[in-house]
Amino acid sequence: MMAVATAERVIEFRDALNEAMSEEMRKDNRVYLLGEEVAEYNGAYKVSKGMLDEFGARRVIDTPISESGFAGMAIGSAMRGLRPIVEFMSWSFSLVAADPILNNAPKMLYMSGGQFGCPIVFRGNDGAGGQLASTHSWCVESMYANVPGLKMAIPYDAYDAKGLLKTAIQDDNPVFFLESERLLSTTGHVPVEEYTIPFGQALTRRSGTDCTIISFGRPLHFCLEAADELAKEGIECEVIDGRTIRPLDIDSMVASVKKTNACVVVDQSWSFASVGSEIASQIHACCFDDLDNHVFRVHSDDVPTPYAHNLEQAYLPNSRKICEAVRQATYNA
Amino acid sequence: MMSTEFLIQTRENIDEMKDNAFQLTQAEAPGKEVLLGWLRQMLLIREFEVRTMQAYQNRLIGGFCHIYIGQEAVAVGSIAAVNPDDPIVLAYRDHGHALARGMDPKYCMAEMFGRIGGCAKGKGGSMHMFDAEHYLYGGHGIVGAQTPLGAGLAFATKYEDEVIKGGKSSHVTLCYLGDGALNQGCFYEAMNLASLQDLPVIFVLENNRYSMGTSIERGTSMAHDLRVKSEAHGIHHAIVDGKNVIDLYKDFKSIADWCREESRPFFVEAETYRYKGHSMSDPRKYRTKDEELVEESNDSIASLKNYLSEEYDVASDALKQIAQQVKAQVKQAVEWANNSPETPMNELYKDVFTDHWGPYAGTSKPEMLDEGGA
Ligand SMILES: Cc1ncc(C[n+]2csc(CCOP(=O)(O)OP(=O)(O)O)c2C)c(N)n1
Ligand SMILES: [Mg+2]
Repeated sequence: MMAVATAERVIEFRDALNEAMSEEMRKDNRVYLLGEEVAEYNGAYKVSKGMLDEFGARRVIDTPISESGFAGMAIGSAMRGLRPIVEFMSWSFSLVAADPILNNAPKMLYMSGGQFGCPIVFRGNDGAGGQLASTHSWCVESMYANVPGLKMAIPYDAYDAKGLLKTAIQDDNPVFFLESERLLSTTGHVPVEEYTIPFGQALTRRSGTDCTIISFGRPLHFCLEAADELAKEGIECEVIDGRTIRPLDIDSMVASVKKTNACVVVDQSWSFASVGSEIASQIHACCFDDLDNHVFRVHSDDVPTPYAHNLEQAYLPNSRKICEAVRQATYNA
Repeated sequence: MMSTEFLIQTRENIDEMKDNAFQLTQAEAPGKEVLLGWLRQMLLIREFEVRTMQAYQNRLIGGFCHIYIGQEAVAVGSIAAVNPDDPIVLAYRDHGHALARGMDPKYCMAEMFGRIGGCAKGKGGSMHMFDAEHYLYGGHGIVGAQTPLGAGLAFATKYEDEVIKGGKSSHVTLCYLGDGALNQGCFYEAMNLASLQDLPVIFVLENNRYSMGTSIERGTSMAHDLRVKSEAHGIHHAIVDGKNVIDLYKDFKSIADWCREESRPFFVEAETYRYKGHSMSDPRKYRTKDEELVEESNDSIASLKNYLSEEYDVASDALKQIAQQVKAQVKQAVEWANNSPETPMNELYKDVFTDHWGPYAGTSKPEMLDEGGA
């Protein structure tokens, strides 16, 4: 539930994540954090700053560079009812742990006929950083969202980062929590009072009547930028932040499209068999008679992420591409 | 379980191995001209890295960038011990190896500048130096990923030599890894395969004692005796001095010759130290200034200079001259990189496949493929 803030308190996205983990660890000593450099180094991106001091080395654990090993170990402990938070320095490195995180965590409950659950959070940076090239720029959402049995959240601002992460930690199921290195230093209002944000509730980040833009996480920044640009041309966009990909709040998205009659989905992962194509397909099914045009999609280009700055910029779903898509989606409105 | 004392007592030492264990031949010490060449290479790497750091600070280089200063002797001495067509594969701290292998520094610098003149057309950046002409099969960004690739390169040379050409296996692959990569499962899978398949690959551990902020003792079990890591797979292990390029070369030469002759893998641990931070944003709070000073006082370049002046009477002027030439060479490389054009947009869609089947949106070909060359 959203609490009403008594006083404006502005903190960084990374500190919001830190607060979420720390508060949950204070409440429940089954919760622990592990990952590379999370303890003594205070986190490669300083998300877990101070947590070793507060919770000690039994609950904030530095691991070797052994993603498959430590992710699997955490899953084993979750089968016994512990509630690990696994930090991947980058989701790119989670590929090394693909078997445990995709084959064990999301399927444990089902495969054991409901006997062994897996209350675990995997979290870390997702998406292109800045010129990190192809091995380090993975957007795992489309690939991983394909797997039944996992939940997936992508926060856009500090408020959501805290509220969604607390929900993730309290959830009895595996949650894939996708942060963005590019957002960690952004600041936003986070109330002092405790709050959580339920999964499956999209948020309208901008209201508009002409076109619905649906996105998640960092690309929302480009969507909002594009919406401002398009407003100058008289196209008013409604920007919807899905917040969680699984569960997906398709109802809110459909309601918006029924109002605007046009839709663009912006998904930073590749287009083929993606979150974007899934949403477009669902919108087509639910809004067939309401759409003035087919749903347009903006993705990263269908190539490995290049290093060169100019190529990377062209490759990412930027506001120029979003503007073009919206113009196409609305040209016959 | 074996006790720790037992392991330390029986740790094979490279000299003993040369004496008896399996008759490693004693490689000859190289002469003055060769040593001067190595000094030039080591100075080139160091100067190149100094300029790399500058360029990074000036935002000419982006992404992650890892500096090799302190470890120069390892790349130079080990690469000198193999043939120019023996494959090399390694991790992301790769500028030094690329230069030691003979890549022109201008291509290396242009790669980091993200220009078309770069060794990979600006598509890979600092962590991914590739050079087919010099049999350099890449720097690789995912920790440990290069270790099975190293086994695969050795598999290929052996297959080519024996199956395709019907002769005797005659190559040896150098596969470098950091101490942090010791903790990735794929390294053990790679060693097991290399041993089973008798692959001529040397896994070269560049033990600089830290993986990011984690000291090897905190990250790796049995850190005091890494011999056990390879011995479990029937692979011999040796420790070499990563600060002394001459000794390192001699040991590597013996080992590489043995691997080539026997077609067997080897695990070599080079003791070394990285002087700078892990990457460009690392305050190095996990180690002491004193430790750094002690390590830097035993510098491979300084000791090679001393050796050259003491053993061969090389005048300090001659040494200075080499340093100046190297400085000028790197300066030119930076200028060349700076003048190299930005990688053109149509490159975004090239090299995805060997043919020009591009990423088609709907039914149309992306415009970029039409812009020349596709
Ligand atoms: C699978 C994977 N996990 C984590 C990282 C992030 N990372 C990059 S380098 C590094 C430390 C590696 O240290 P080491 O192997 O000792 O090599 P060194 O940096 O000392 O050369 C880490 C954790 C990565 N690149 N890949
Ligand atoms: Mg290291």
